[in-house]
Amino acid sequence: MNELIQELVKTYGPSGVEDQIRAVIRDLVAPLADEVQVDAMGSLIVHKAGNGHGERIALMAHMDEIGVMVTYIDEKGFLRFTSIGGVNPLTCIGNRVAFANGVVGVIGIEQKRNDPRDVPTLKELFIDVGATGREDCPVGVGDAGVFSRPFVSQGTRRISKAMDDRIGCAVLIETLRRLEQTPHDLYFVFSVQEEVGLRGARTSAFGINPDLAIAVDVTGTGDTPESYPMAVELGQGPAVKVQDRGMIASPIVRDRLIQSAQKAGVPYQLEVLERGTTDAAAIQLVRAGVPAGCLSIPTRYVHSPSEMVDIRDVENSVTLLLTLLSEA
Amino acid sequence: MILSILKELSEAIGLSGDEEAVRQIVVNAIRDHVDDFTVDTMGNVLAFKRGTAEKPLRVMLSAHMDEVGLMVVGHDSKGGLKIATVGGIDVRLLPGSVVLVGAERLPGVIGLKPVHLLEDNEENKVTKLDRLVVDIGATSQSEAKKLAPPGTYIAFSTSFRELGPTVSGKAFDDRAGCAVLIALLQGERFPHDIHAAFTVQEEVGLRGAQVVAYTLDPDCAFVLEGTIADDIPKEKDESPTTELGKGPAITVMDRTVIADRRLVRLLTDTAQSLNIPYQFKQPGIGGTDAGSIHLTRSGVPSITVAVPCRYIHSPVGLLHRADLEHTIQLMRSSLSALSHQTLNREK
Repeated sequence: MNELIQELVKTYGPSGVEDQIRAVIRDLVAPLADEVQVDAMGSLIVHKAGNGHGERIALMAHMDEIGVMVTYIDEKGFLRFTSIGGVNPLTCIGNRVAFANGVVGVIGIEQKRNDPRDVPTLKELFIDVGATGREDCPVGVGDAGVFSRPFVSQGTRRISKAMDDRIGCAVLIETLRRLEQTPHDLYFVFSVQEEVGLRGARTSAFGINPDLAIAVDVTGTGDTPESYPMAVELGQGPAVKVQDRGMIASPIVRDRLIQSAQKAGVPYQLEVLERGTTDAAAIQLVRAGVPAGCLSIPTRYVHSPSEMVDIRDVENSVTLLLTLLSEA
Repeated sequence: MILSILKELSEAIGLSGDEEAVRQIVVNAIRDHVDDFTVDTMGNVLAFKRGTAEKPLRVMLSAHMDEVGLMVVGHDSKGGLKIATVGGIDVRLLPGSVVLVGAERLPGVIGLKPVHLLEDNEENKVTKLDRLVVDIGATSQSEAKKLAPPGTYIAFSTSFRELGPTVSGKAFDDRAGCAVLIALLQGERFPHDIHAAFTVQEEVGLRGAQVVAYTLDPDCAFVLEGTIADDIPKEKDESPTTELGKGPAITVMDRTVIADRRLVRLLTDTAQSLNIPYQFKQPGIGGTDAGSIHLTRSGVPSITVAVPCRYIHSPVGLLHRADLEHTIQLMRSSLSALSHQTLNREK
């Protein structure tokens, strides 16, 4: 799976500009699908037909990643920017961003600040693409950049930018690859604009109108020094979401995920996330309501350019989903 | 012509939830130029102008009719009206304002104690909303209650004026958008079916547009706005959000929507080919009806195009006539250039 993960994480795809990542995923899934569609917002919907006796199930992972958008170019060619999704100013300084055209910029910080010990705001940061003025600046206002970091595989850990949520995309693609038979009518959805407010999930769920939905996304952990208390650890198995800030998981979906883990003989953890939410929160409230839950990949340093997962959790997520989808 | 309708719209009073006066102006201006129109349950005006193409797209154009202002929430013992804001208003702008109260347009003022009576450093403090009252000359609490019961709307009293190449007036957010939309409807037919929406309650949460988009279920949507121009001199070399006289402002991303990139390209390609000036609105700022429209049903590719206006959400704004004209021109040309191919992703 390393190769798949690597290809997904390195591809450019900030919220709202998912064309490149959609093309990559489309090429990977098209041979495995009965039908591939792109909806009005840009989400990729991969249909795999069942035998007519199962349920209409949507599995969703978001393609988009957090990033930055240029808001202004000053006289000297420095770029001011705003965030696309939740970007922490502390992880910005000294980091690099890459734009759709391949241009790379370095994030710098204003030196004359009131108190240099204060956490900076994004307004105090700027991007340097090596331009000397507006005329030779290779990017423009409205252009979007993503954090730029190479993929690292070390022991069982995998480290990269955009693990949120390309790791979920990888789980969905691998599940689709290994799925031999299913009674269910399956929709693998690679959604857009999750990071800016679960937007693609809402509209694609409306279009699909599923009987049941499972989001596959990253979640935080409580296993780093002095972290907030959270009973999820890296490498201890996929996490079955109980609740987060945006949703209480449907007990039907939660229990099916747990039973599938038990049946498949894979370890699992129960997740209560106090900050953040996923596409499942939006899906749950579409139309007359959809029973929705979430299978989470424990991830350290979420929304930093170095998000870390454990490959065993990723593999076990695939095994769990295969068990769930193979049975009526 | 565009200025006379803008003047009429600007001087009309229509706060969120009370858009009737604006609705009447809109309906009178468009009724002879559209194939059909209705007013929906929330008060949105929906107008239909059939396209000339064989297979027309369903194109939604929207502008909101409502404006920000104040509402009576209580009365003090001397006959002053206690107030709350309707939509986003900077309270610092209120003292000294001249206002019109209720459907009868009772004149009122918002005062502060005279400069002579200020105590130490008081002039550097903002008077909070709960310390301000609207004075309508009532001499008792009971008289004030009778003249302006709780729930009465209060609007700024601002005349429309022409200042060289610019005009000033109130409520350009979004009467400027309404004027643009009226001008588009009054012109020739477009290739595509135009579903125009003059929406209500944008300023309190993009509410009217949500139900309109559900009703219309369009193929794409263009939201016409009056937006922030912050081009006054600054200490730092930083974004003016938009600038007066630099052409229509195209939204790439704001707090509520990421514009559909295909529609961004349609507008910029059109502008470039016809030499129409345009600018991008500083990304990440504000929000418009596009925020609710694009999330409707299974999704609507959406974008916002705006006339830059200085001092929006205040008693008086100022815009450049050329921006108004260029916005109409850009929209008219882009709507003519719009095709099924524009929205086709598999090019």
